[in-house]
Amino acid sequence: MVKQESESTNRPDNTAFTQQRLPAWQPILSAGIVIPGFVLIGLAFIGIGVALLVTSRSIQVLELDYTGDSNGSPCSSCSQSVIANCKCSLNFTLTTLFQGPVFFYYGLSNYFQNYRRYGASKDDNQLYGDLSYFTSPSSSCSPYDYDSSKKPIVPCGSIANSMFNDTFTLTWTVNGTTNNVPLDGKGIAWWTDYNIKYRNPSVTPLKNAFNGTVKPINWAKPAYELDASDPSNNGFVNQDFLVWMRRAALPNFRKLYRRIDASGDYQKGLPAGNYTIDITYNYPVRAFNGAKKIVFSNVSWMGGSNEFLGIAYLVIGSLCVVMSVVMLIVYAKFKFPDEE
Amino acid sequence: MSFFGLDCVRKKERELERKIRANDREYNLSFKYATNAIKTSKYNFFTFLPLNLFEQFQRIANAYFLFLLVLQVIPQISSLSWFTTVVPLILVLTVTAAKDATDDINRHRSDNRVNNRKVQVLIDRKLRSEKWMNVQVGDIIKLENNQFVTADLLLLSSSEPLNLVYIETAELDGETNLKVRQALPVTGDLGDDIEKLADFNGEVRCEPPNNRLDRFTGVLSFAGQKYSLDNEKILLRGCTLRNTEWCFGLVLFGGPETKLMQNCGKSTFKRTSIDRLMNILVLFIFGFLAFMCSVLAIGNYIWERNEGSQFTVFLPRLEDDPAFSSFLTFWSYVIILNTVVPISLYVSVEIIRLGNSFYIDWDRKMYYARNDTPAEARTTTLNEELGQIKYVFSDKTGTLTQNIMIFNKCTINGKCYGDVYDYTGQRLEMNEYTDTVDFSFNPLADSRFVFHDHSLVEAVKLENTEVHAFFRLLALCHTVMAEEKKEGELFYQAQSPDEGALVTAARNFGFVFRSRTPDSISIVEMGKQCNYELLAILDFNNVRKRMSVIVRSPEGKLSLYCKGADTIIYERLHQSCSKLMDVTTEHLNEFAGDGLRTLALAYKDLDEEYFNQWIQRHHEANTALEDREGKLDQLYEEIEKDLLLLGATAIEDKLQDGVPQTIEQLSKADIKIWVLTGDKQETAENIGYSCNLLREEMNDVFIISGNSLEDVQQELRNARTSMKPDAAENSEFLPEMDKGVKVVTDEVVNGEYGLVINGHSLAYALEHSLELEFLRTACMCKAVICCRVTPLQKAQVVELVKKYKKAVTLAIGDGANDVSMIKAAHIGVGISGQEGMQAVLSSDYSFAQFRFLQRLLLVHGRWSYLRMCKFLRYFFYKNFTFTFVHFWFAFFCGFSAQTVYDEWFITLYNLMYTALPVLGMSLFDQDVNDVWSFQHPQLYVPGQLNLYFSKKSFFKCALHSCYSSLVLFFIPYAAMYDTVRDDGKDIADYQSFALLTQTCLLFAVSIQLGFEMSYWTAVNTFFVLGSLAMYFAVTFTMYSNGMFTILPSAFPFIGTARNSLNQPNVWLTIFLTSILCVLPVITNRFLMIQLCPTINDKVMFKVRQAKATPAPPTRRARIRRTSSRRSGYAFSHAQGYGDLVTSGRFLRRPALTRSSGFTHAGRTTTSFSPMGRSAGYSPTGRPQNNKVPDVEVTSLQMYRTITDSAP
Repeated sequence: MVKQESESTNRPDNTAFTQQRLPAWQPILSAGIVIPGFVLIGLAFIGIGVALLVTSRSIQVLELDYTGDSNGSPCSSCSQSVIANCKCSLNFTLTTLFQGPVFFYYGLSNYFQNYRRYGASKDDNQLYGDLSYFTSPSSSCSPYDYDSSKKPIVPCGSIANSMFNDTFTLTWTVNGTTNNVPLDGKGIAWWTDYNIKYRNPSVTPLKNAFNGTVKPINWAKPAYELDASDPSNNGFVNQDFLVWMRRAALPNFRKLYRRIDASGDYQKGLPAGNYTIDITYNYPVRAFNGAKKIVFSNVSWMGGSNEFLGIAYLVIGSLCVVMSVVMLIVYAKFKFPDEE
Repeated sequence: MSFFGLDCVRKKERELERKIRANDREYNLSFKYATNAIKTSKYNFFTFLPLNLFEQFQRIANAYFLFLLVLQVIPQISSLSWFTTVVPLILVLTVTAAKDATDDINRHRSDNRVNNRKVQVLIDRKLRSEKWMNVQVGDIIKLENNQFVTADLLLLSSSEPLNLVYIETAELDGETNLKVRQALPVTGDLGDDIEKLADFNGEVRCEPPNNRLDRFTGVLSFAGQKYSLDNEKILLRGCTLRNTEWCFGLVLFGGPETKLMQNCGKSTFKRTSIDRLMNILVLFIFGFLAFMCSVLAIGNYIWERNEGSQFTVFLPRLEDDPAFSSFLTFWSYVIILNTVVPISLYVSVEIIRLGNSFYIDWDRKMYYARNDTPAEARTTTLNEELGQIKYVFSDKTGTLTQNIMIFNKCTINGKCYGDVYDYTGQRLEMNEYTDTVDFSFNPLADSRFVFHDHSLVEAVKLENTEVHAFFRLLALCHTVMAEEKKEGELFYQAQSPDEGALVTAARNFGFVFRSRTPDSISIVEMGKQCNYELLAILDFNNVRKRMSVIVRSPEGKLSLYCKGADTIIYERLHQSCSKLMDVTTEHLNEFAGDGLRTLALAYKDLDEEYFNQWIQRHHEANTALEDREGKLDQLYEEIEKDLLLLGATAIEDKLQDGVPQTIEQLSKADIKIWVLTGDKQETAENIGYSCNLLREEMNDVFIISGNSLEDVQQELRNARTSMKPDAAENSEFLPEMDKGVKVVTDEVVNGEYGLVINGHSLAYALEHSLELEFLRTACMCKAVICCRVTPLQKAQVVELVKKYKKAVTLAIGDGANDVSMIKAAHIGVGISGQEGMQAVLSSDYSFAQFRFLQRLLLVHGRWSYLRMCKFLRYFFYKNFTFTFVHFWFAFFCGFSAQTVYDEWFITLYNLMYTALPVLGMSLFDQDVNDVWSFQHPQLYVPGQLNLYFSKKSFFKCALHSCYSSLVLFFIPYAAMYDTVRDDGKDIADYQSFALLTQTCLLFAVSIQLGFEMSYWTAVNTFFVLGSLAMYFAVTFTMYSNGMFTILPSAFPFIGTARNSLNQPNVWLTIFLTSILCVLPVITNRFLMIQLCPTINDKVMFKVRQAKATPAPPTRRARIRRTSSRRSGYAFSHAQGYGDLVTSGRFLRRPALTRSSGFTHAGRTTTSFSPMGRSAGYSPTGRPQNNKVPDVEVTSLQMYRTITDSAP
């Protein structure tokens, strides 16, 4: 036999792998697994759904459209005119406390920030503060890379060019006194955007970095003068700019404008009372049937208000339970047909 | 072996005649004949890149991706970065190029090895060692024993008497017996005298290079004389010189012009039916892609007109024309949606096939220990087709049978020997434990000869005259050559294994054939040396079906010994034998019933005077110029009469192990087996019965043996009517039309039928007017046997079935005559180790035993098919799902060709994130293990019916993808609509949405894979979880600060992962989509299993119930048939050596004086080991049939052992 072994040089190895005998788990869809599985999943889903729905319902949302489409609406005059910084104001009343922390959003609809060429129209290197891209912006910014006199536009591209430029102030009227509600614009953009993705060139003063460039065509002020009150909130790291530059996935979207500063009277949110929003109306949306709105909302552990998830979980959970019953009936009636 | 299977260099110009002058390089060079260097490689260092790329871009998928790349560099169209296409394309090109490069390097190596072999060449009147590649046409070279023949040579002289050389032609025609070549006497006289050889200035005019191995015509002009040259004087490249000390040859053809290289034409490229289906599907996908892109382009047109045109304040516009915009959009979407035609599909398919081929190579249960042969997948591209075989065409000799002839029984003078009876007179079944006859009284006996009946040896010892005459005849009347390396160690070389078996039987019973010279035969009769004078050999041929020798015994008595087919011998017997004839006939019938091959023996004593007169006429006839054959035949007929019957022999044509079981298994799997054999009808029929192909229980076995078109047609029709009385009488039945090709559908008949058709009738049946009739009838039968079939007809039969049946065919064979059939069938299988290499070399799969076929098909084939189909279904699913999401998103992004996912995800999705899990499934998946596969051969049927992957299942995949993509787009859409993070910041931005959808997608397809997979090994688990982990690792890396700082424009997704994957609602969305994608699948599958389970479901359920290892299937013991079927004796098909033996050309070989370096390694231990059809003896001396107990536990043996131990 030893001789035989030594002659068998071509004998394949006897391993589980080569002989396809690897130990394995072979699950099959037996009734014992599927039906209880469905019941369990169904119940879990219903549970999650209820929790989500309850949470979502507890979130307070206040939406105010200020596009000014119809004649009666406060901003209709501004929406018709083309005057810069047209003023109009909206009033609303809270009968109960709007639980804090309260976020102040502006919303746009029918606005295609997800249009491919719009989204590509920016220069990440330029926005990263690379000065060489200031003088020669990427061609992806076209047609907003150079102005008519061939001067480079900084920040280039249509996203930057189309930056939202309505501004709002919120006042609270209670017992005849009018208080300015303090709005906090710090840290409304992603930390990574503010600290890493966008950077001003390390040139002081910042203005010098922009020498030989022009501001975007639609902009009233150059990038280094976006926020007169806070010098550190200028250039590419301006919070409003950062929020705008994070383009939306869908044609209807809202973007964070400010937070209600939780201090003083507003520690718990917005107290009951009459409020007025003074709007500086600049941004034209009516040409493309767009709409603008102001949204106040608070958040929960699951983020902003969205009932869909809760309902979806509930529906699918119930479907699972129903299906498990159907399966049980089928199983009991037909069973597994015996072989031959 | 390296010569074969490689591409040959085609000759550019046709030459009409070749002129060569020996030893005159200058003259020969003027014709620009090819030198002896061969080049089978395709590329060199510089041409590799351009040539290989050119070849690769001829493939449609690669060309398509190149086209995409071109689209992508047009900025107006480019919707994706160039790297999304370039990375996969480069990867695919590199992998293929690397494979081609290694192949070519191997070819270079083997070329170099061959080209650098050394040979002695006569240059400038001296023998010099030269490399093969430097040998020129017209050179004289010296070959030594065991050397490969360098080029096609004209044999000039040799060391052996009569200028003979012995060559082995295994590489050329697969035959392992030695062949003889003889030089012309005029050149033979040159000997090894270098001076004479150098002066030799003969001129050869011969045919141009061609690929006919068996023919050569030419003329040698030397010293004013002309000598005709034929194949007998030519040594072909690829042969090996054996038993010849040296020889000299003149190079006629070199390198690429040799017959060997001319013969290795490009092998036809076989494609599987899945390949063909895939091509259709790819075309369909292209159409579908165009459709989707058109829809989106139209959408873009409408959107641009209604919305986009008003949106110009914020959106950059390149052009105002919506029509032009939609045109560009069309192409942009072609780029984005390109993943429906996945380039990685082809690469993955190749990898899977390669992996499954390795499993075949690695399978120990297909390894044959006796000659150390593992199974080999020679083609790695056909695996899944093995799971779809509907027709198996098998050769008989060497495939079903071992081609080992065993002297099993005999009848001598009316007494039958060979059976063993117990004390009650009951015949005993023979097995390994039956005690065997002890031949120790005979020192020259072959130790491996086994005989059970002691009475025969008693009869020999008792000096029974008839018995002695019987064995004397066997020892004298043959054309076997003996070789005695060492005193007492005989080695026989026989023309046919039958002869070898008979001479060996005589040897063991004390009549040892020792040696022969042209005019004498020396045998050892019961220990006594006797020299018989050999006066004439009346050789065998197909018409005579008998052979005789006329010898003079040492006592001076003249005798004629004759053996031949019983019917032929009976006609020539003396009437005094009639009583003995009756008894013998009875015995013959009995032998035939056992499936033995029989041969009748007879003799007669000759009158001296009559013989002298006869031999005179014989000599005259032999030298006659006209009708020599006819005259000789007449003479033979005259002397071979009034013979006295001695008895008959019965030889068992041994079936290979497990053949009946294999055939039974295969027929249970609904595979139809057709045996195509060159054997006679009786033999074939007998084998058909003994291997379970034909059964006594069959309702009828039709025999078609008509000799005219009408007869055959009538017989076929009769057969069909008796099978199915209501079948259409006339031949104008209506075959289904399928794309212009007629398809003969299977017809259901009641009962089982067999069909036997002989070669003659087959020729008619294959004629155009009758082929459908034949096919239709044959397909209604369970078993079909075609006998006396030529190699060409074998191929024709296969082609016929391929043409009219939408079925996959497999041909299995072992000999050179099976090559055509092996090449014609969808899959060719070669039986290795039996008869040369020719069949194996042209086969797709090879193994040593026929019984491995069931494992190849029922296990490997089935699994390969299952895996490939699962792979394709899943692959299309995952890619369609991936792509369709883009389609839905288009309606929300102004049809702007905005991608949903991150570009890096698009690049890596197929390459990294989903590649390994699906590969893992396709390499490891099995529904039930091999034991269960054998137990339920019906599991094979779905493959034949194309059930696992067809156009229908492809559409199901597409629909499923459609559903999944809807879920994957709209659930995240609705979940993210107007929502924010838990700190009030943005989460509905494009980047977060992209990340969310792609994560959902990856989870959904991974879970879907989990449900597809029915065999979770650790590797699978590792691949699935590893790929998900990899996805997160890569994503977090790509979206990290570091990557962004290095290349800001390439990694714009910085921070997205961190900012959104920490949100509970993101995870809830992922969970929801994953569950929602698989719930309907599970529901559907569960209900299908309950309501209409497939065979797989049933077996899997049974496995589940059995839990433990299943009880093995009980094997049916081989039933001994007691039919009265008469078997014919199939003598060798070729003419014997008789001519050579009597003509005196035969070499007188001293028994023990050889001093050549050639030692037969194995011969000292083995003396009789028939392995070839035409050669009983293996020149390599490997033991073929020595029984080694417990060598390997084959699957069948394993079952048997388990059965025995089971209650």
